[in-house]
Amino acid sequence: MRKKSKSISYAKWGYVFILPFFLCYFIFSLIPLLDTVRYSFFEYYRSGIKEVGPTFIGLQNYASLLQSDMLKYGANTLILWVIGFIPQILIALLLAVWFTDVRLKIRGQQFFKVVIYLPNLIMASAFAMLFFTIFSTNGPVNSILMSMGIIKERIDFLGSVLGTRSLIGFMNFLMWFGNTTIMLMAAIMGISMDVFEAAEIDGCTGFKRFYYIILPLIRPILAYTLITAIIGGLQMFDVPQILTNGQGTPDRTSMTLIMFLNSHLKSKNYGMAGALSVYLFIVSAILCFIVYRMTNDNDPDGSKAAAKRREKEERRRRK
Amino acid sequence: MKKKVIAALLAASMCAGVLTGCGGAAKSGGETAAVEEGKVINIYSWNEEFRQRVEAVYPEVKETSADGTVTTLNDGTEIHWIINPNQDGVYQQKLDEALLKQADAAADDKVDIFLSETDYVNKYTDADADVAMPLTDLGIDPEKDLADQYGFTKTTASDMEGVQRGSTWQCCPGLLVYRRDIAMDVFGTDDPAAVGEKVKDWDTIKNTAAELKAKGYYTFASYADTFRLYGNSIEESWVKQGETTIKVDQKIMDWINSSKEWLDAGYLDKTVKGQWNDDWNKSMGSESKVFAFLLPAWGIDFVLKPNWDGDDGAWAVTNPPQEYNWGGSYIHACTGTDNPEHVKDIILALTGNKDNLLKISKDYSDFTNTTSGMQEAAKDEAFASEFLKGQNPFEYFAPVAENIKIAPLSSYDQGCVELIQNSFSDYLQGKVDYEKAKVNFETAIKERYPDITEVQWSE
Repeated sequence: MRKKSKSISYAKWGYVFILPFFLCYFIFSLIPLLDTVRYSFFEYYRSGIKEVGPTFIGLQNYASLLQSDMLKYGANTLILWVIGFIPQILIALLLAVWFTDVRLKIRGQQFFKVVIYLPNLIMASAFAMLFFTIFSTNGPVNSILMSMGIIKERIDFLGSVLGTRSLIGFMNFLMWFGNTTIMLMAAIMGISMDVFEAAEIDGCTGFKRFYYIILPLIRPILAYTLITAIIGGLQMFDVPQILTNGQGTPDRTSMTLIMFLNSHLKSKNYGMAGALSVYLFIVSAILCFIVYRMTNDNDPDGSKAAAKRREKEERRRRK
Repeated sequence: MKKKVIAALLAASMCAGVLTGCGGAAKSGGETAAVEEGKVINIYSWNEEFRQRVEAVYPEVKETSADGTVTTLNDGTEIHWIINPNQDGVYQQKLDEALLKQADAAADDKVDIFLSETDYVNKYTDADADVAMPLTDLGIDPEKDLADQYGFTKTTASDMEGVQRGSTWQCCPGLLVYRRDIAMDVFGTDDPAAVGEKVKDWDTIKNTAAELKAKGYYTFASYADTFRLYGNSIEESWVKQGETTIKVDQKIMDWINSSKEWLDAGYLDKTVKGQWNDDWNKSMGSESKVFAFLLPAWGIDFVLKPNWDGDDGAWAVTNPPQEYNWGGSYIHACTGTDNPEHVKDIILALTGNKDNLLKISKDYSDFTNTTSGMQEAAKDEAFASEFLKGQNPFEYFAPVAENIKIAPLSSYDQGCVELIQNSFSDYLQGKVDYEKAKVNFETAIKERYPDITEVQWSE
C-alpha cells in the first residue's frame, strides 16, 4: 500500500516539473496560434494609423488569396527549396559515408566537421548581405572574372531569374549541408559494425553497401531530415528577403510564401496573413503526412500487401 | 520527506520564475512614467538629430543625461527621448502603437511631440486620424509666427483642408552636384554658372547627356536619381481624400518613359540599380564615370562626402533641371499632450526663430526654413564649403527653395513611391514588358494597402 502511493506521487512530481513548459506553450504559442486562425475570418488591417475592423467576413480572405498569385509564390518556394535541397542531401550523404568509413581513415575529421558546420553559425541575413555585396554588378566576383579574362562584360547575377534563384539555392545548401552531414553521420554510426563486416566478407562493393545497407538502415533519420527540411523550406524567408530587398526580384520570381505573408504584415493585415498561415499549416501538415507514410513503410518488399490480398481472395472463395 | 519538500520548492520556484518573468517586464514599462503630472515631455524620433538641434537652440535646456535619453529643462521638466530607427518602418510601427494607446495613457506617458518625414507626413497630418494638433490650437499663428518659412513646407505639413499641423526647421531643396574634373574634360569649364546653363531644363540636359556620353561619361548614376524631380511635381495626389483609387500621374509615366530612353541611350549607368545600394555608393567614388547627382543639402554632407575617396574641392553645385525637394523632418504636437505650453515653445524656438535657424545652418549645415535668413546666407562667405572648393552652396539652394511647388500629398505616398520604382526597375532593366510591370505594381500596392481597390494609369 505504502509503496504504491509513493510511486504515484513520483509521477505527480513529473507533471509538476513539466508544467512550466506547458504553461509557456499555452500562453505564448497555443493562444496566438488559435488567434491567428480566428483572425483569418476577419477583415482586420490598418490604413495609415486608422484601424479597420475587425469585421467578420467568413471565408473571403481565403477566397481572395486563391485569386492572388499565392500558388505562383508556392511554386517559387518549391523551386528554391529543391535547388538547395538536392545538392544538400547528396553531398551530405556522400560526406557522411566517407567520414564514417573505417577503411578510408580520413585525417583531420574533426577539423572538417567544424568547417562544414561553420556556415550555419552565421546569421542568414548577414550571409545574404555578404552574397549581395559579393555578387553585385560591381562586386568582387565580377571584378575577378573580368581580370582573369573569363568574361568580357559584367554579369548581372541578381538581375536574372537563374542567377537569383541559384544564389538563394546555393546559400541554403551551404548553410545546411553541414548540419545534415552531422546528423546522417550519427545515423550511420548507429549501424552495427557486424553488418558491415558480414557484407564485406560476402564481397559487397562500396556502392551496394551504400544502397542496400546504409540507406535502408538510416531511413528514420532521413525521414526526419526530409520533414525538417520541408518545413524549413516552406518557411524560407530571410535569405531571399535580404538578397532581393523584400521584392522577390526580378519580376517576383524569387518571392517565397513567407515573403508574401510579410508584405501583408506591412499593413498589419492580420486577416489576410492569418488566412495565408492557415493555408501554410495545411500544406505542411499534408507534406509531413506523405513523407511520414513514405518513409515509415513497414512493408518494403510488398510481402504484407500480397498476404492481405491472398487472404481476401481466400475468404471470397470460401463464401 | 525532505526530498519531497525540496522538490516542491524547486518546482514552485520554477513556476514562480516563469510568472515573475512576465510580471516584471510589464511593470518596468510603466515605471518610467511615475513622475508628477505635466513634468515629462515624451518625444518620438528616429535619431539624435532633433535632440542636438533642441540642445543647440532651445534656451530652456539645462542638461542632458550621459546616455542621451533624458534632457532636463530649467524648470525641472524632463524631456524623454524615445528613439527608434527608421529602417524597415520600425519607427512608424512603434509610434503607431503609442498613438493608438494615446487616449488611455497616463498623462506622463502620453506622446507630446513626434517627428515625421516628408514621405509619410501626410499619414499623421490627416484630419481624420487627428493625431497631430493644428498649430492654431497650440496658440501658434502660422500666418504671423511662421511667416518667414518657405511656403511649400507649410503646405506639406497641412491636412487636406489646409490646416497646418506640423512645422519644420529644415528645408531640403535639391541641387545638381557635379564633378569638376569631368566638367573640365567635356565642357572645358567647371564654372557653376556655365554648367548650370547646360543642365537648366530637361531638353537641354538631354543634349548635354549626349555630349557626356561621347566622352564616355554617364550623366546620372541611376534612373532612381531623377525620380524625386518627377514624383514631386505630380498634379494630383496619388490617392484623393476619401477615395480608394490610385491615380498614377502623367509625370510618373514621363519618368518611366524618359528613364527608359536615357538608359537605352547609355546616359545612365546600367549596373546601378536604384539608390542606397553598394553600386550607387561606388558610383560616387573617384573611379566612377558618373558626372552628377541630384542631392539636397543633407545628401551632400551625409551621402556624397563619405563615399567620395578623392580630395576636397572636386565637386561643385549648380541649379537642377527642375526645382525639387527631397526629405525634411516635421515636428508635430501630438493630440492629447499634457505639455502644450512647452511644445509650443519648442516648435517656435526651432522653426520660427531666424537667429536659431541660422545657428543651425552654421553648426550643422542644414538648409533651414527661413526665407530671409537663407537669402542672407547666400551672400555670406562664411557659408562657403571646403568640399565644394570654396563655393557657397546656399547661393544655389535659396532660389530653388523659393521656386519649389510641392506636389499634393496623400497618406499612401510612401508605398506608392517605393513600389512604383521597384516594379518598374524590372521593366527598365528589360526583365519584363511594360504591361507586366503595371500589373506587378498593382499587385504590390494592393498588398501594401488592403483598402486600395483600383489603379488608374494616365495615358
